[in-house]
Amino acid sequence: MIAGHFNYWVVIVLMMMGFYIVVSDSNLIKKIIGLNVFQTSVFVLFISMSKVKGGTAPILTEEASLYSNPLPHVLILTAIVVGVSTSALGLALISRIHRAYGTVDETLIHEQDETQDEA
Amino acid sequence: MLDHLPALQVIVPLISAPVCMLVTRAVWAWRIATAVSIAAFAMAVLLAREVSSKGVLSYHLGGWVPPLGIEYRIDHLSAYILIIVAATASITMIAAHKSIGQEVADRKSGLFYSAYLLCLTGLLGIVATGDAFNIFVFLEISSLSSYALIAMGRDRRALTASYQYLIMGTIGATFILIGVGLLYMLTGTLNIMDLQQRIPAVIGSRTLHAAFAFLTAGVSLKIALFPLHLWLPNAYAYAPSMMTVFLSATATKVSLYVLFRFFFGLFSPEVSFEYFYLGKILLPLSIVAILTASFIAIFQDNIKRMLAYSSVAQIGYMTLGIGLGTQAGSIASLVYLLNHALIKGGLFLAIACVVFRIQSVQLEDFNGLGRRMPWTMSAILLLGLGLIGVPLTAGFISKWYILSAAIEQDRWLSAIVILGGSLLAILYVWKIVEHAYFRPSPNPARDIPATREAPLTMLVPLWLLVAGNFYLGLDTSFSAGFADTAMRAFFP
Amino acid sequence: MSWLAEHLELAILIPMLGGLCILVFRNRPKLRETSSILAGALLFLYVTRLLDPDTERTEARTLLEISEGLSIAFHLEPLGLVFALLASGLWVITTVYSIGYLNGNAEKNQTRFYLYFALSIASTMGIAFAANLFTLFIFYETLTLCTYPLVTHKQTPEAQNGGRVYLGVLLGTSIMFFLSALVITWIHTGTLEFTPDGILEGKIEGITAALLFTLFMLGIGKAALMPFHRWLPAAMVAPTPVSALLHAVAVVKAGVFTVLKVTVYIFGIDFIATQDAATWVLWLAVITMLTTSVVALSKDNLKARLAYSTISQLAYIVIGASLAWPVAALGGALHMVTHAFGKITLFFCAGAIYTAVKFTRVSQFDGLGRKMPFTFMAFLLAALSVIGLPPFVGSWSKWLLVEGSASTGHYFVLAAFGLSTLLNCAYLLPVALRAFFRPPGPDVTAAGPGIREAPLACLVPLCATAIATLLLFFYIQPLYEFLYPVFDP
Repeated sequence: MIAGHFNYWVVIVLMMMGFYIVVSDSNLIKKIIGLNVFQTSVFVLFISMSKVKGGTAPILTEEASLYSNPLPHVLILTAIVVGVSTSALGLALISRIHRAYGTVDETLIHEQDETQDEA
Repeated sequence: MLDHLPALQVIVPLISAPVCMLVTRAVWAWRIATAVSIAAFAMAVLLAREVSSKGVLSYHLGGWVPPLGIEYRIDHLSAYILIIVAATASITMIAAHKSIGQEVADRKSGLFYSAYLLCLTGLLGIVATGDAFNIFVFLEISSLSSYALIAMGRDRRALTASYQYLIMGTIGATFILIGVGLLYMLTGTLNIMDLQQRIPAVIGSRTLHAAFAFLTAGVSLKIALFPLHLWLPNAYAYAPSMMTVFLSATATKVSLYVLFRFFFGLFSPEVSFEYFYLGKILLPLSIVAILTASFIAIFQDNIKRMLAYSSVAQIGYMTLGIGLGTQAGSIASLVYLLNHALIKGGLFLAIACVVFRIQSVQLEDFNGLGRRMPWTMSAILLLGLGLIGVPLTAGFISKWYILSAAIEQDRWLSAIVILGGSLLAILYVWKIVEHAYFRPSPNPARDIPATREAPLTMLVPLWLLVAGNFYLGLDTSFSAGFADTAMRAFFP
Repeated sequence: MSWLAEHLELAILIPMLGGLCILVFRNRPKLRETSSILAGALLFLYVTRLLDPDTERTEARTLLEISEGLSIAFHLEPLGLVFALLASGLWVITTVYSIGYLNGNAEKNQTRFYLYFALSIASTMGIAFAANLFTLFIFYETLTLCTYPLVTHKQTPEAQNGGRVYLGVLLGTSIMFFLSALVITWIHTGTLEFTPDGILEGKIEGITAALLFTLFMLGIGKAALMPFHRWLPAAMVAPTPVSALLHAVAVVKAGVFTVLKVTVYIFGIDFIATQDAATWVLWLAVITMLTTSVVALSKDNLKARLAYSTISQLAYIVIGASLAWPVAALGGALHMVTHAFGKITLFFCAGAIYTAVKFTRVSQFDGLGRKMPFTFMAFLLAALSVIGLPPFVGSWSKWLLVEGSASTGHYFVLAAFGLSTLLNCAYLLPVALRAFFRPPGPDVTAAGPGIREAPLACLVPLCATAIATLLLFFYIQPLYEFLYPVFDP
């Protein structure tokens, strides 16, 4: 059971870890890291599904007759680009937040907003 | 030329985005963005006419034949949403110049307008494409650019709002990606029409269940369905005024389109409702959304937040229509979508006019504005009547359709909630009206310069929307007519 | 003639044009007031020209089809014509009175007042000539919205609170109950057209019919059935001409008119009788009638007392409709007319007293009758008419209502009518009697010898309507014959 679906178990474990970090950590940078772990699990999911048992890399050669499916790889390339952009944007936002609030901790930022509201 | 319209609809804003970035003068960046938005509107209208006369348009990108190649597919549903998005874009851009000039630094406005054009590209792309993975990519294009746009707001809370939206939006999009991946795993295709053919054969597979669940959760996050709406109020409240106008009328609406496309086009309504019980998920959440969000809206002192919570409630109406699982309900939902885009866009535009003059969105600062900005305030009043659903306004038509769809099914609880939501809407709309018309103006000692009416460039688009609010309340041949044809394709 | 009957939208356009003139002449009070009166006279003339035996009923003419089956359409039928005549006629009189009242009390924002007044009449005309429930509903809602600025005319915190209740109850009930009743009717029958004998026959029955009827009656908040009656006393913050508009000319009359329309043309009197659909509403109306009469008795503020009196009189009309008997329903329709004349006079008097001496409470009136004989004489005549004593016009409608309740065997209702009449006497007559027969009270003495009648523009309208309550007693026959076929075809 575990051996047969090893990749998928890894996907689930990674996904939950990433998700947990996003939800539970109050440090904005760590949230982004969690988001990255979360997204990586999806990349692994896609790559795993493209693997054909006994198949080789999808390059047309004389020796091979069985190839892995190349399409998920291409999709994941796109998804990686999206993921990188998201991280970049997120980090840029964090640096602006740091400049505006002097902290990257969510609870502290929340406190500052509250006091500003009361003022 | 006309044959390439489905692709041009997306490519024209895409290409103009970098051009905008290179332009150094703010006014030229604005001119380009406006011209592109209007061109997009013209193309959307042309596409709608083509679809009406010739039926579904299928465009093969790069000449590759689907299902191998990527297909752009324009049917009645997509044509309808394209018009809404492009029309909102045009109206927003025509009105935007002065407001953006005030809220965004000149040296950044080139970047601002190019982010806006990318956002427009993404939204139009989601609607035009017939490929499930493509939807994900365009969704991320529009989302990423809207995170950037929201962060441009003047209040520092715009940054945290944008960050929160980024986290939740990315999770939603990734869920959609997982769902699409699982579907691909099962069927080996990404083309939506092709998927629709193949799904009945794999019904019963646990993977399909997982795919459906991930898609539902992902899309619900994107449309801000209660309780996944937490990103929306702050994002709308702190974004630059004009971007609130644009996003409120398009972003969640396009996400609703994705819901339609996935659950009606990709799965069929039969599979979604009878096999996966989509109705049992949507109806309770919608009911709670309408009541809770309307209730929260009443207690907001920040008008933009009030209207944002009202949007969450209104989204509940639209998902309620879909959740009924009938053709009438879906038509009602589509009609609601158009009318609400118009009304809420108009209201946020009116708020933008106010912000332009008094730099505040606090209810207290609206005191006495009825006298000082009569045109803006009467527009808010008339659009507010639409939001409540008073006869002769577009809002009444939406309420009528959704109410008859609910009563037709003997869904009494839904019917009561629909009407109760209207009553709550009276409360928050009237809160604004009373402040504007019954409270005396703030005393001059507070050093607010004598407020004048908003500039004509903002008032004219605003009143266009007000006129639209009444036009759609009197003539439903476009809204209901088009929605009817669109839904007939899915309910055989 | 037939051209006029074919273009009923004129009845809406005339007051709207009047409103436009009022806006144009906003800086010239004399011209503004003249155009207001002229528009009223023109409208009244137009409506009287519609009285023609050949075109008592016309086919519905559709102006605009909003969506399949939902259209804005007008038609002419006796009940609507009587309502239009009543509203347009009283509009002219109320306008004259307003001029006196507004100038006498130096009210601000008079242009806005006249403008929304004209728009309210336009909405009322829309209600009167609506050919289907949908059209009626539209104008019903616009009437609420057009009268809101009138109710909150003073823009004080009290006006704001009164306006809240006014709008909240009227919009709330119409959205919550009226609209859903509309949609249910629509789903079951596929039409909303006003048809003689009703449209529900064979579509619904038994308890559903009763529920639907109750939903309609609660939804028509303008008819002020308990527990949705609070808006009428709340709206008392408005200037008196507005109260006259609310109580006699437009708003509550639009409510009971809608009640009658729904009873006759949607349900059909026979249908209600065979399905026993109106029992709940009947009880509710009886309770409303008695309770509010008692409340009226306890009110010292004259306008509040009159407001509660109106609620109880409206319940009479609802009872007339719910007895499901042609004579009783006809009595209800006549009561709509007779009560309008009586109540408008009473409000005019209240306004005239306020304009002259700024008194609002009944206990202040002791001995005032000798200083303001015309006003209090008119008050007495109108009070007698509302109570239902001959030879005043109110006696006719009350007689028919009583006859209806007796012939349907509702003896409890009969007794309730009797009790209510006694209560009417108890809260209306003392107002005039104190003024005439008690020695001058402290307030009157304090005001000194300078007390004079209100300006002529106030006095003439109130005397005219008071005399009308007397004269109409002798000329009720044509009205009776005109309306009878509506209820018993």
